[in-house]
Amino acid sequence: MGVLKEEVINETTINKSQYSPIKEFWKNWKRQKVAFSASLFVLLLIIIAFVGPYITPYDPYEPNYNSILQGPSSSHLAGTDEYGRDIFSRLIYGTRISLSVSFISVFFGAVVGTILGLISGFFGGFLDRIIMRSSDVMFAFPDIILAIAIIAILGPGLVNVVIAIAVFTVPSFARLIRGATLEVKETVFVEAARSMGAKKTRIIYKHIFPETFSSLMVFFTMRIGTAILAAASLSFLGLGASPGTPDWGAMLTMGRDYLGTSSHVVIMPGIAIFLTVLAFNLVGDGLRDVLDPKTKNH
Amino acid sequence: MEDIILKVEQLQTDFQKDNQRIRILNGVSFHISKGEILGLVGESGCGKSLTSLSIMRLFKGTSGEISGGNIFFRDEDITKVTENQMRKIRGKQIAMIFQEPMTSLNPVMKIGEQLMEPIRIHLGYNNKRAKQHAVQMLTKVGIPRSNEIMNEFPHQLSGGMRQRVMIAIAMSCNPDVLIADEPTTALDVTIQAQILDLMRKLQKEENMSMLLITHDLGVVAEMCDRVVVMYAGRVVEEASVHDLFQSPLHPYTRGLIGSVPKIGQKKDRLESIAGRVPDPSNMPKGCKFAPRCSDATAECHEKEPSMLEVEKNRYCSCWLYDKGRSLISG
Amino acid sequence: MASTILEVRGLKKSFEVKNGIFGKKKYLHAVNGLNFSVYEGETFSLVGESGCGKSTAGRLISRLIDPTAGEIWIDGEEISKWKESQLQAIRKKVQMVFQDPYASLNPRMKIRDIIAEPLVIHTKLTKKEKQRLVSEMLEVVGLNEYQGNCYAHEFSGGQRQRIGIGRALIMKPKLIIADEPVSALDVSVQSQILNLLKDLQEEFNLTYVFISHDLSVVEHISDHIGVMYLGSIVEYGPKEQIFTNPLHPYTKALLSSVPIPDPTVKREKIILKGDIPNPVNPPSGCKFHTRCPDVMEICKGKDPSLKQIHTDNHLAACHLYEKTIKNQSVIV
Repeated sequence: MGVLKEEVINETTINKSQYSPIKEFWKNWKRQKVAFSASLFVLLLIIIAFVGPYITPYDPYEPNYNSILQGPSSSHLAGTDEYGRDIFSRLIYGTRISLSVSFISVFFGAVVGTILGLISGFFGGFLDRIIMRSSDVMFAFPDIILAIAIIAILGPGLVNVVIAIAVFTVPSFARLIRGATLEVKETVFVEAARSMGAKKTRIIYKHIFPETFSSLMVFFTMRIGTAILAAASLSFLGLGASPGTPDWGAMLTMGRDYLGTSSHVVIMPGIAIFLTVLAFNLVGDGLRDVLDPKTKNH
Repeated sequence: MEDIILKVEQLQTDFQKDNQRIRILNGVSFHISKGEILGLVGESGCGKSLTSLSIMRLFKGTSGEISGGNIFFRDEDITKVTENQMRKIRGKQIAMIFQEPMTSLNPVMKIGEQLMEPIRIHLGYNNKRAKQHAVQMLTKVGIPRSNEIMNEFPHQLSGGMRQRVMIAIAMSCNPDVLIADEPTTALDVTIQAQILDLMRKLQKEENMSMLLITHDLGVVAEMCDRVVVMYAGRVVEEASVHDLFQSPLHPYTRGLIGSVPKIGQKKDRLESIAGRVPDPSNMPKGCKFAPRCSDATAECHEKEPSMLEVEKNRYCSCWLYDKGRSLISG
Repeated sequence: MASTILEVRGLKKSFEVKNGIFGKKKYLHAVNGLNFSVYEGETFSLVGESGCGKSTAGRLISRLIDPTAGEIWIDGEEISKWKESQLQAIRKKVQMVFQDPYASLNPRMKIRDIIAEPLVIHTKLTKKEKQRLVSEMLEVVGLNEYQGNCYAHEFSGGQRQRIGIGRALIMKPKLIIADEPVSALDVSVQSQILNLLKDLQEEFNLTYVFISHDLSVVEHISDHIGVMYLGSIVEYGPKEQIFTNPLHPYTKALLSSVPIPDPTVKREKIILKGDIPNPVNPPSGCKFHTRCPDVMEICKGKDPSLKQIHTDNHLAACHLYEKTIKNQSVIV
């Protein structure tokens, strides 16, 4: 094999730099200026969600009838509500509720949706038809109507909001992952794995799922924004958090009556929702550009 | 040589990558005479296709840019003309056909429409005359039922037929130079034989000049009069087709010709060229082929050789043939 | 003669083609009755143009797709109807090398893991043992140990094909089905891979089923050749016979169409008329009759069968030779 070695010496001395997918991602991520800033904001929100209770200047539940409906000031950064509670502290508390509700619901929706999508795309046939027709039925309803219907069955409350959002999240993930699976299933490297005798579960887990992971991450981030909005809407309708809780949506409901006189009661949670949803969407957009550039124009 | 129709001199083309300008073509020079078929050979990444795009100035949507050198079409330097003037040259005087006819034809436009468009623009014919001319062209490139084909869409045709349509479009305005970029690479051998036969016939009939870009040495040997061999964005050798195959000068050309299996030739092992084409953003110093060259000396790694006329009409850029030096090894 | 490792009898595959929503169901007969045997240690090539069914044949033999009819004997066992679970045993013995070295390697796996994959699937070796085998294999196919930790996109086409070959070899298979393994590569790299394939064949006593459209490559590497046209073998024989004494008009035309890299060679080319017919609507009788320069009346009605002509083991399916044969016997 002497000749062989000689032939390849040069060709094999090329790869000196160690490629790492994480380094590569980081390099490209830093270039996404808008998304990068948005991700810093998201990070800040996550930190707030964790340490919130320890950094609030006031107790968010403690009424103070001496300072009702005061506008923003140095002592109350975002003003106070109709019970004199500090809105800033309540927003900080609300961050934890909003993020955990949306994250948990999207997470469960994504897990179930991904599994269904993988099954549907990989096996096709009867299972595929059942899963896809069911999700078509669910797609026929607007998300929020579907959520309201579910809560009508389960009763109001944050846990049920999580369930409702998770349920309407499932079909969109199922469809996304099914599409990606169909595409990856036809690639040569999956065929190669089959020719080696890899079991179906191994092909799905080792070859197909990692390929869909990028789109999954992008969509997951985007759906968090949607879920925050949905949770706020449900709370606003009185179907979610009970009126006393410092939930952003519930705060909007409470403040509705004072819209004319003390508009900050509504504007502050409104801004919180707006900024958070925007940030998640920007991060999602940026992730898509970095991880999944081919779906950019979809 | 007063009949030179296209002359490329020291052409340099740059691309932008990661905020860095990378020179892909560096000093490409050659000429094509009237009625001549010039082959441009090299492996993927050598810049042969980019050379044709530079001549046509087809950089739309890319960061490509000609940064040096001249391209003379007849006596006019077409690197200096405006985009508007260029549009008049493109298609009318210099036409081009590509490797994959499906991607260069518009999938939602009828064949007839696509064929008539350049005829109307460049020859100024009215609809009726343009149509007549188009049908004539289709017949000329050997398409049966040319009248019906006019109303069909590209996807209804086979690969070979599509390439015929492309040739018809390219030839419709009777260009002086036809650039064919890997015109038969995507086709089956029996279809390739048809298309090459057609191209040769048309070229003879019209006494047209042709730049044939290909990686297939067989196609070169059958079609071309003269050959330019490119490597890493540079021309390494230029010779008549007979000289090139009989006694290739540059070590790269020798390796290339030796590595092609030839029908009827009994060989247990094929020659091959070690290593791979260098990355344009990380070019070696000196001769770009030196890292893969078995004849390379210390000097080859240091200084880049220049093009020399080694014999009459035989050019090669390699230190082996620089008589001013005494470094010939092995 | 060496023993037979692969034998294919009457192998057929048809795909359903839907023609609009209300259109009639049609069938594409991609492979239409293949018969051939492959001997241990040799290279058998299936050669033909696009749509001739050569790739389908390769995928049928490796049971990536299910045959419609026919038998596939590998190492004395008929596997054409085996279920996926039974096929595990065959998948160890038969490995594939794919055309596109860019697409056939999982972009998210390290080379080391790609090559080790068959070991993970078929063996219960410890991690250390697997690593040792992978390192050995990297060296066999001419890559460096440290390159195992790189990802596929960091390699050139030739290197990737080496990786693909390494993955195919790690289970020490008997039979390798190589589907156009060099057609995506540049000539100078192509020759490296062809040399590597030859060396490995000698070293490990491998049998190749080599699928290609490139006759010059096929001539270089094969022992026996089957020329395919529209789903069937039209000529079969030892390499020397096929290239020096082609019988079928299609083989003749195919050979004369290959451009020869030597401007001093001047040949009379046989240029076939027309396109390869659509396999959904193949011509009647001999499928080649629409393009055949020697077409006769009988060709339009009757499909000739593959028969021995002149010498042993050189077969052709053509009416031109019907009269010259005394004992009409179907072989292979």
